[in-house]
Amino acid sequence: MRLGMLALAAGMFFGVIGGFQFLFPEFLQEFLFTKTRPLHVSLVISSIFLIAIGGIYFYLPRQCRLPLFSVKAVSLHFWIFLVTGLAIIACYLSGQFGGREYFEFPPILSLPIFLTWILFGVNYFNTVRQDTESWPVYYWMWGTGIVFFFITYTEAHLYLIPYFRENMVREIMVQWKSYGALTGSWNMLVYGTALYLATKISGCDKYARSKLAFGLYFLGLFNLMFGWAHHTYLVPSDPWIRSFAYFVSMTELFIFGKIIWDWRSSLEDWQKNRHCNAYRFLIAADIWVFVNLGLALIISVPAFNLFTHGTHITVAHAMGSTIGINMMILLASVFYVIREELPNEVHARCSKQLRSGYLLANLSLAVFFVALILAGIGKGNYDGGSFQEMMLAIRPFLVAFTVSGVTMMIGFWIILWHGFRLMGKIMESDGIAEPLPA
Amino acid sequence: MTVYTSGTDTTHLPPMSDQARLGQNIYQDKNCIACHQFYGLGGYMGPDLTNVISTRGEAYAGAFITSGTARMPNFDLSPDEVSALVAFLSAVDQTGTYPPKNYAVAWNGTVSQEDDPR
Repeated sequence: MRLGMLALAAGMFFGVIGGFQFLFPEFLQEFLFTKTRPLHVSLVISSIFLIAIGGIYFYLPRQCRLPLFSVKAVSLHFWIFLVTGLAIIACYLSGQFGGREYFEFPPILSLPIFLTWILFGVNYFNTVRQDTESWPVYYWMWGTGIVFFFITYTEAHLYLIPYFRENMVREIMVQWKSYGALTGSWNMLVYGTALYLATKISGCDKYARSKLAFGLYFLGLFNLMFGWAHHTYLVPSDPWIRSFAYFVSMTELFIFGKIIWDWRSSLEDWQKNRHCNAYRFLIAADIWVFVNLGLALIISVPAFNLFTHGTHITVAHAMGSTIGINMMILLASVFYVIREELPNEVHARCSKQLRSGYLLANLSLAVFFVALILAGIGKGNYDGGSFQEMMLAIRPFLVAFTVSGVTMMIGFWIILWHGFRLMGKIMESDGIAEPLPA
Repeated sequence: MTVYTSGTDTTHLPPMSDQARLGQNIYQDKNCIACHQFYGLGGYMGPDLTNVISTRGEAYAGAFITSGTARMPNFDLSPDEVSALVAFLSAVDQTGTYPPKNYAVAWNGTVSQEDDPR
């Protein structure tokens, strides 16, 4: 989890540099946008995995009372991930690419990543199968996330096979299908964590065992498997795929309605639990789910997608989901662990600073999100004439996007600093790195 | 696999030439997708390149790749590499039209595209 926090802090820094390069293309010419973008994306994505996986490795032996199948495999997983990550960063810094968007590193480096997921999967399933009672929904979600990450990450490399590579349309379809489903697979890890936290914080097991929880899980799985095609509405393929994806996307309306309902009823709990940092992050995630799902539903309608596709509105959706939902849930996980291990530390020393960081990050994200939507509307009106003129027209929104990116980074850095520092104290005192042996 | 590759056959097009394949490798090795898009998918620093050849021409594209712009660096590519990239962009250009120009929006929000080349 600490490594994930470091990756997030660094990833946001490269994102801010990239934002300035949008405004001033000459800025850091020796460190091109072709480097800052993959550094930003890869570090942020790796932080999602690191914090989510770190949480699962903590929760299973410590709180679910399931000794890990192999403690050595955890250590091996960590070191392979770290060394591979450093190799990927070195490739980006030296301009060694060769992969595809979001995985721009040379594809040979994907082999150790596959290995880490095999280790994680074997360890996870052999650990949770010790639980002989019916599994709570978060066990299923974590397991589904692991299996589908493996499948979709494999699909993301099909471009190496000539059958796909030599047909650009097929390659784009497969690439974006895999990315859509891959996002769904990490969402399973993150949302599983959210449900775990909701269960533990409320002390009410029904969140993770109710028919509704499993219904939403299967709906999420359905969307993971079939809801990817709104990325490719405008790529030449069979029209029925677009109609089907449109239908699948609209099923998310059920989740949307449920969130509104739950959010209203959870307000009282929130007021009762305002002292709890983890709960505060979960509430922020809840609000961002509402906002982002609303935007996702709009851009999934093919008629609107015609206008929004290929614009910053898509980026607003991606950034809003990654930062507003995934990061808020994962920070809730971080501060839940801290609170469990150091019950008095947060409030005694840094609750004011954490609150400031939380507010700064969320308010900045709101400005960032709106600025991207406005820039996207500007780009959506682009008639194919001068690209420079279009970029000039949306410049005020890009300025707002970059400035809010800086303040958001400061807000997150405040939170991450305290999270990193307090996690360090826990490790010094009793060593989370040494979970219970089998 | 069958589902998501359905309708992606491009039998109406010639197979990708060796030169275009070389251009495809260069496009990947220089990470052009960080800034450019095909079919609206990719980075937003530069323009979408799906139909740059049919709208601007090979000479225009070649000149930009060779010299760079205020927004795009000069990658010091050899004339052969520039030609390969232009061949790759030409191959992409033939696969379809983006953004679609001839389409109809139905009452339920679906869109039928009439400029699909297949």
